[in-house]
Amino acid sequence: MTRMDFEVVVLAGGASSNLSPLVSQELPKALLPVANRPVLSYVLELLEGSNLKDLIVVVEGEDAAQLVGGWISGAYADRLHVEVAAVPEGVGTAGALRSISSYLTANDVLIVSGDLVTDVPPGAIAATHRRHGAVVTTLLCSSPVSGPSDSGTSGGKEKAKKPVRHNIIGLDPTRQYLLHMATGAEVEKDIRLQKRILQAVGQMEIRADLMDAHLYAFKRTVLQDILDQKDKFQSIRQDILPYLIRTQLSSEVSGNGLVSSESGSNKSAVQDELRWLSQHREIAPSTFQDSQPLSLKSQRDDQRSHKCCVYIANESKYCARLNSIQAFSDINRDVIGEASHLSGYSFSAQNNIIHPSAELGSKTTVGPQCMLAEGSKLGDKCSVKRSVIGRHCRIGSNVKIVNSVVMNHVTIDDGCSIQGSVICSNVQLQERVVLKDCQVGAGYIVTSGSEHKSESLARK
Amino acid sequence: MEPRRPPRTVSDPKVRQVGFVTPAAAPPARTVSDTAAMPAAGASQELPLSGSSLSPVMIPPPRHDGLSARVTAPVPVPIAATALRLDNLQIRVGSYNQSEVLLGTPPMTSPSSRVEDAVSEFSDDVSASSLYGRTEPDKVGTAFPGRSGDLMPAKSVVAGGSIGGSHTPENPPTTSLVVKTLPGITEKKRGMLEKQHDEAAAPKPLKEKTTKAERRALQEAQRAAKSAAKEGGGADPTNTKKDKVVKPTPQKKDVPEVAASSGKKVDRPLEKERKKEVLPLRMQFDDKHKVEKVKQRAIVNQREAKSRVEFFQRLPQYVHGTQLQELEAKFFQLDAVHPSVYKVGLHHLSGKITGGNARCIAMLLAFKEAIKDYSTPPEKALVRDLNAKISGFVSFLIECRPLSISMGNAIKFLKNRIAKLPLSMSELDAKASIQSDIDRFINQKIIIADKVIVRHAFAKIRDGDVLLTYGLSSVVEMILVYAHEHKKKFRIVIVDSRPKHEGQILLRRLVAKGLNCTYTHINAISYIMHEVTRVFLGAASVLSNGTVYSRVGTACVAMVAKAYRVPVLICCEAYKFHERVQLDSICFNELGDPDAILKVPTHVESYLYGCMDNDNLQLLNLNYDATPSDYVSMIITDYGMVSCNQLLIYCSVF
Repeated sequence: MTRMDFEVVVLAGGASSNLSPLVSQELPKALLPVANRPVLSYVLELLEGSNLKDLIVVVEGEDAAQLVGGWISGAYADRLHVEVAAVPEGVGTAGALRSISSYLTANDVLIVSGDLVTDVPPGAIAATHRRHGAVVTTLLCSSPVSGPSDSGTSGGKEKAKKPVRHNIIGLDPTRQYLLHMATGAEVEKDIRLQKRILQAVGQMEIRADLMDAHLYAFKRTVLQDILDQKDKFQSIRQDILPYLIRTQLSSEVSGNGLVSSESGSNKSAVQDELRWLSQHREIAPSTFQDSQPLSLKSQRDDQRSHKCCVYIANESKYCARLNSIQAFSDINRDVIGEASHLSGYSFSAQNNIIHPSAELGSKTTVGPQCMLAEGSKLGDKCSVKRSVIGRHCRIGSNVKIVNSVVMNHVTIDDGCSIQGSVICSNVQLQERVVLKDCQVGAGYIVTSGSEHKSESLARK
Repeated sequence: MEPRRPPRTVSDPKVRQVGFVTPAAAPPARTVSDTAAMPAAGASQELPLSGSSLSPVMIPPPRHDGLSARVTAPVPVPIAATALRLDNLQIRVGSYNQSEVLLGTPPMTSPSSRVEDAVSEFSDDVSASSLYGRTEPDKVGTAFPGRSGDLMPAKSVVAGGSIGGSHTPENPPTTSLVVKTLPGITEKKRGMLEKQHDEAAAPKPLKEKTTKAERRALQEAQRAAKSAAKEGGGADPTNTKKDKVVKPTPQKKDVPEVAASSGKKVDRPLEKERKKEVLPLRMQFDDKHKVEKVKQRAIVNQREAKSRVEFFQRLPQYVHGTQLQELEAKFFQLDAVHPSVYKVGLHHLSGKITGGNARCIAMLLAFKEAIKDYSTPPEKALVRDLNAKISGFVSFLIECRPLSISMGNAIKFLKNRIAKLPLSMSELDAKASIQSDIDRFINQKIIIADKVIVRHAFAKIRDGDVLLTYGLSSVVEMILVYAHEHKKKFRIVIVDSRPKHEGQILLRRLVAKGLNCTYTHINAISYIMHEVTRVFLGAASVLSNGTVYSRVGTACVAMVAKAYRVPVLICCEAYKFHERVQLDSICFNELGDPDAILKVPTHVESYLYGCMDNDNLQLLNLNYDATPSDYVSMIITDYGMVSCNQLLIYCSVF
């Protein structure tokens, strides 16, 4: 039996386009290193910590699935029981779910995005979901200070061009129910709200400082029915969730037979229970009512055909999604910085992690909140600040690395200066290269003396 | 006091079983006499034992037991020391080996044959008599002293000669035992009163009696046989000593045999232990050691409540604010708890389900669901395993919120039903039978009971009445609606109180149904009481001395009504009755959220805002109070309308 009647699906994505050139055929998004660990490991370890050991990981693309599957079986062979499912590329989150939905059997399904880096216990969402008997419960967390990275831009330059867009989220006064949700792209000058929902609730709190963390708990039967009936739906967030929110007061969902078929396999028992409850409710209505005596909501609560709930993460919890290059650098910085408990490494007295096998030349300084993985060599008079350097990198003398991520097997020659950049694996930087806010794709060779600013360099 | 505690809470099954057997193992009491400190320990050690074997339900019985214990106390045999036994065994080996050697020669031919004799005869005999001492005080009172009187002098002759001083001090210790047992017993009585909240306690007495009877019959027969046999070689003074030498081992063998013959007996002690383990006696939350222990076991580490009122420190403190989050975060770590039970626990904790009936029904339905999904693990009996499982659920629910008395009674009922399932029943049938039992309980004890109460109460409403009710009671609401539907002309005064304002819910519903209502707060109770002709109140429980245990404020309403000579009618289903006696609302209560009373809804910012951290401020939010029976004119139950004086009968019937 599944734990607490919950099944877990991790949507690990595939070769995400807005992460190019970091993501490549050899390196699917799920395996992007965050503090030299694949980003997927953060989710898997979070789930493992919550005692959830039977997982389904869905990966877009056969090749990516093989890579991810290989990595998981190597790293978590005896700890987790993971099934990796490959789905065709470009089907979207809803499509990915659709292809595996027939395997789901538990009462509720926990859907986690594979690019989530957080320490919010998934149990909290699941328990909130259970407590309210909701159709869907979503985790909201405060958006990162640097602004929501939703726009899918690559780097700061393009970002500056576009106006900052927020997610608009409408909540009821108790902050338990989700009443409205609009993603950044949809929001134009004005927001359209449903009058009916507003009437029913009386008051709606609209917030732009919250971010959908892509951690959902769904009622399985409802999810499956929606996936079956609405075969145009592509994404959970853009299609399924708004649909459920929109229809939460109308009888549309139940009219479609979603709610009525809810009982599913254990129909008799549920019906039985309902009979008892309704019988009792008839004669003792006061014993079955919601906790808020005065708000209009409780009166209207019976009309609510299904509930969409939220769990708002505590401010102190870390929660971020790796869905853009900006986010990639931010998360890398945070995981070895302010959210260091997530990384799972132990920090030295200087508040950095230097693998014992790493070699430092004379007069080379590695500042706090840095990470230097095994086998990397730094020449003389180098300076590393707030950066992550991967395995087996060879870095010459007089190199400055600030606020950057350097992946594995990178060769950096003397006199380079790297700032706010991401250098992928097997890249070669020749002498006196200056990079600022750049992304260098895997295997690229930057010729000596060149200067780049806010560029994306990759092999054609 | 101290030694009494460990055996109760941490009842190790093995020790327990030995304890159950010990009444038969008479000698320890005698060896006890060797060390000066032991009688006292022995007396106190006996407590858990007798506590488990005596019927804890009715209040009178304990007194009776006290008597019986007093009578039996002079007899050294029945005072058995559970924990001491191991020590005693060793002591005995040391001291008696020698005596055996010495005694071996005079009365009988070979020691070994004598030993066998003792195995076959005296062990049984003594076990029988000691058990007698427990059950039938009068007989023992007559039989035992006589016998011991016969035996002891003779023994002392021999002992004085051969063994030396080790046995001569026999009499003094017994007298000291008498002295010591008495306080022990009063303690026990008190313990029982405390224990009444222990849900598992109640199914015991019935069973206990039957087993006792069985056991007695069996042993009476044995005893008759033995006494016949004793006629031959029994007068021999050394016999008793032989007993002591041989008994420890044969006894243990012997008793399981007896138990096996009576079948059910094997299960029962175990079951009892489980219950005890999972449902400990009422915790005293000011006892630091125990609190520490419980904390280690607890699923959620409970934080210290900030401002405790000293008077109520022994009650579980309200920790809702943090507990809900922590419990939620641990959602997936709780293996043993069935999801439906978990959900009910969260609902209790978050206050989504309140009220005795609703909480009870929700719990029972969750249990039903859990039983449906239950399958007996291999090599375990359904009866035992399921009961243990239910106990686990119950302790989880307790952690969410202290049980209401209605829930306690329902659990008692359920466990009783499970325990009574025949072992031969198939799992499917057993599950179906329990599920239908649950359904029946909900239907009969709650739903139909409510309907009956409504009919009874309806007879008491006349045209032109002004009815006053306090807070929110499902039964009272049903009564009012029913009366309204049957064209009675009456007016309702709803009295409410902070901080829950439950009356507003009732007010809203009644007004929506077209009833004529007046709404006021409890401060105005003396003003409004002039016009009232009847007071209808709900109750969380009615205790056996007629005390009504209900939402805090009820006592005040009832008292004012009494002062104005307005009849007070309490509506309470019989399944909520409890045999506990409670004189005030201090000794047992439930603490609510202390911060709730600080929040005054009319002000944006309460005047007391920010005072919470002040050490000089202690907040107390009690959930219940006890209304003395003097203020209650009548209790309307599903058995009819009763006055408080008659209540004890109903309590015992139920």
